[in-house]
Amino acid sequence: MSKPWWVVGIVFLAAATVAQNPLADDAKAARAGEYEFRINCALCHGLGARGGGRGPDLTRAVKKHAHSDAEIFQVISNGIPGTAMPANGTNGQGVGMTETEIWQIIAYIRSQEVKAAANPSGDAAHGKELFYGDATCSMCHMIEGKGGRMGPDLTSVGGSRTREALIESVRNPSRRLAWGLTESTKEFPQEYESVTAVTADGKQIKGVTLNEDSFTVQLMDSGEHVYLLEKNSLKSFQKSRESAMPKYETESLSDKELEDIVAFLIGVGAK
Amino acid sequence: MSKPRQYAPTTKNAGVAEIACFSTSDARGVKALYIRSTFAALKGPLFHKRRFIHARTSTLKSVAATVFACLVIIPFATAQVTFERLVNSSKEPQNWMTYSGDYSGRRFSGLDQINTKNVGSMAAKWVYQTGATGKMETTPLVVDGILYATAQDDRAFALDARTGRPIWMYQRQLPGDIRPCCGRVNRGMAILGDKVFLGTLDAHLIALDAKTGNVVWDIAAADYRAGYSFTVAPLAVKNLIVIGVSGGEYGIRGFIDSYEADTGRRKWRFYTVPGPGEPGHESWEGDSWKVGGAPAWNTGTYDAATNQIFWPTGNPSPSNRGAGRAGDNLYSNSLLALNADTGKLNWYFQFTKHDEHDWDATQVPVLVDSSGKKLIAQANRNGFFYVLDRVTGKLVSATEYGKQTWSGTKDAEGRPAAKKEASPTLEGHTVCPGALGTTNFMPPTYDPQTGLFYVTARDQCDIFSTAPQPYEAGHAYYGSAYFPSEEARPYLGFLKAIDPASGEIKQKFQHTTPTWSGTLSTAGGLVFSGDAEGNFIAFDATSLKPLWHFQTGGAVYAGPIAFAVDGKEYVAIAAGSAIYAFGLP
Repeated sequence: MSKPWWVVGIVFLAAATVAQNPLADDAKAARAGEYEFRINCALCHGLGARGGGRGPDLTRAVKKHAHSDAEIFQVISNGIPGTAMPANGTNGQGVGMTETEIWQIIAYIRSQEVKAAANPSGDAAHGKELFYGDATCSMCHMIEGKGGRMGPDLTSVGGSRTREALIESVRNPSRRLAWGLTESTKEFPQEYESVTAVTADGKQIKGVTLNEDSFTVQLMDSGEHVYLLEKNSLKSFQKSRESAMPKYETESLSDKELEDIVAFLIGVGAK
Repeated sequence: MSKPRQYAPTTKNAGVAEIACFSTSDARGVKALYIRSTFAALKGPLFHKRRFIHARTSTLKSVAATVFACLVIIPFATAQVTFERLVNSSKEPQNWMTYSGDYSGRRFSGLDQINTKNVGSMAAKWVYQTGATGKMETTPLVVDGILYATAQDDRAFALDARTGRPIWMYQRQLPGDIRPCCGRVNRGMAILGDKVFLGTLDAHLIALDAKTGNVVWDIAAADYRAGYSFTVAPLAVKNLIVIGVSGGEYGIRGFIDSYEADTGRRKWRFYTVPGPGEPGHESWEGDSWKVGGAPAWNTGTYDAATNQIFWPTGNPSPSNRGAGRAGDNLYSNSLLALNADTGKLNWYFQFTKHDEHDWDATQVPVLVDSSGKKLIAQANRNGFFYVLDRVTGKLVSATEYGKQTWSGTKDAEGRPAAKKEASPTLEGHTVCPGALGTTNFMPPTYDPQTGLFYVTARDQCDIFSTAPQPYEAGHAYYGSAYFPSEEARPYLGFLKAIDPASGEIKQKFQHTTPTWSGTLSTAGGLVFSGDAEGNFIAFDATSLKPLWHFQTGGAVYAGPIAFAVDGKEYVAIAAGSAIYAFGLP
């Protein structure tokens, strides 16, 4: 149930007045926080807080949505509107974490920041040139409204994925398919699976899945045409977890060039 | 009290005659036998005593005439739902009077008007929008033309089963700090006499008047602040309402209760975690029994011949960490056979000993008779399909029906035994099935015509990683983290047809993704189920080929039912936030 605005306001003020974690630098609290983190956060942020391919790497000292302990407390308590980050206690699993547990988690996150990797070393400007040029990323991916539609929009990916996850998704795009449409009542989001369909009149359509159920499929081909198909009217229908995105080996995209693209993505994602 | 009656007429004189006629005509098709007199009719659902007194005399005269005329043409009252009717429910297939359709748990309807030949033309007849949000896990009841169901947050309502028009609605005013485990869900109600019975998320059992939704009695079974709640549809047996508690994620001490239907007085309680001096207590290390879990959150079944209630139990607490609770942890993850009158344990069978993967054994245990043997079958969350002798509780067979990696051997009794390396580790490792199990709360069905047991199943593995937590009353108590293993993608969902005699999977249908839908089989040669993409599907019971489907617009987490009114068969399912009813054109 939604709380009256003044209750939210009081809770917000009460929490905001605690500027610093009362459990800061408490090793025991950080240890307890590690377990709480596993239970509550690791699904998206990974077991070691280094990002799980779904949520951002929290070991980065500079975070997109929160910097101070009080701000992190707010983010954990209230979630981040417009993102997948939920408010504490809203996942249907009971009353959520206590304030002490949230501070324990923050103590744990801070204890991990020490081990954080350095900021990306690439040349973001060169990365942008590659993205829209020789690397042909923009054929299928869009950033801030510019680029193609067949692959996921990458405007915010640099702020919500780890550097390692970004590199892996370029070097080995099929290992973990990107998520597409999320439906409110459905357990799993649609993934960017590849589809080959042959219509009754023999026309072959190759593309990525926008959505699918047992009886229909909605897909987009490389010409950005959207097809709405009934499966039982097709001659054949095959899908594959081999990503439609080409696998970029070092011969076609050097490590240095990839670091440049990652620096560009992280720069845009941090906005 | 806390019951906004949104749909009852509110003006004192507001067209009493109209109301009386409305009520009669809208409950048409109900047998006239139950009308004893006009007086009885005047005590009907919409002819409220207070309104009657306030009505003008002149109006009364015309009302009396109208009521009489209406009653002559279309009688409306419903009969009491007696225990005898529940025992003999197969004799009235037009009704669906218990969670599983009958006491056996088969979820089989004897109706065959909708069948393999004509189901292709089935169409939506009505939709009722509850306005609730979250998962809808309810199985409606239908008695004599009225459908009773629940939605999220403990909303209960009665509908005209032909049209979906509401008759009454009850909304439980829940405290803000309840502790639901896995959504603010409710799986349905029981009906007995002239009352329906609702278990609530704040651990109350409430009796509502079946005609008005008025609260008849309301008792607190346990303290919700300590993590106790009810999500289960209760089971009415004799004059008792049997209900099992939820809260295996909170370190509760599980129990199954029975209450007198008339008064709400507790008749018996069976603690699913034995206390000091009781048999089974030795299966718990130290004081771990005090927070041992073993909830009982899915509806059991009943065998009138032996007067036994079969009720399944859930995981020990903490759910995913065995350290600190060494031993088998009885009676977690077990099937209990209880004497219906006393709640005394006749026998038990534990499916997963000392569970560390949250594999509640709370799936509906289904009474199956085969070659003269009285059996009970359960498709368990741990990936095995078990058949037991329901008289003795001895294991007959245990066969794999989904992807599992936790067991490679069987013990002396034939029970699948856990590998040591299946235990969660600090670093985390992958075990199949995942914590959600091969199946879960979604009710299965047994079709006596095909002799097959149909169950919604998934192949998904999880990474289990320990995370020791101290116990704190009312606080989540898992002891481990688990999440889907990316390496094990894609996760697969199926409808599977199992032959209970052999454990063999005779047929299967693969869904696009795993689903939480329950199942229904009917004498029309059909099996109904739904999917996560929102389709409600009719399958040929033999081939499991889809013969019909309808896109409901919301994932299906509920159990389908079949019923008939005015001689017309309907099939109903809850999906998204609505209830849908389908019938022939």
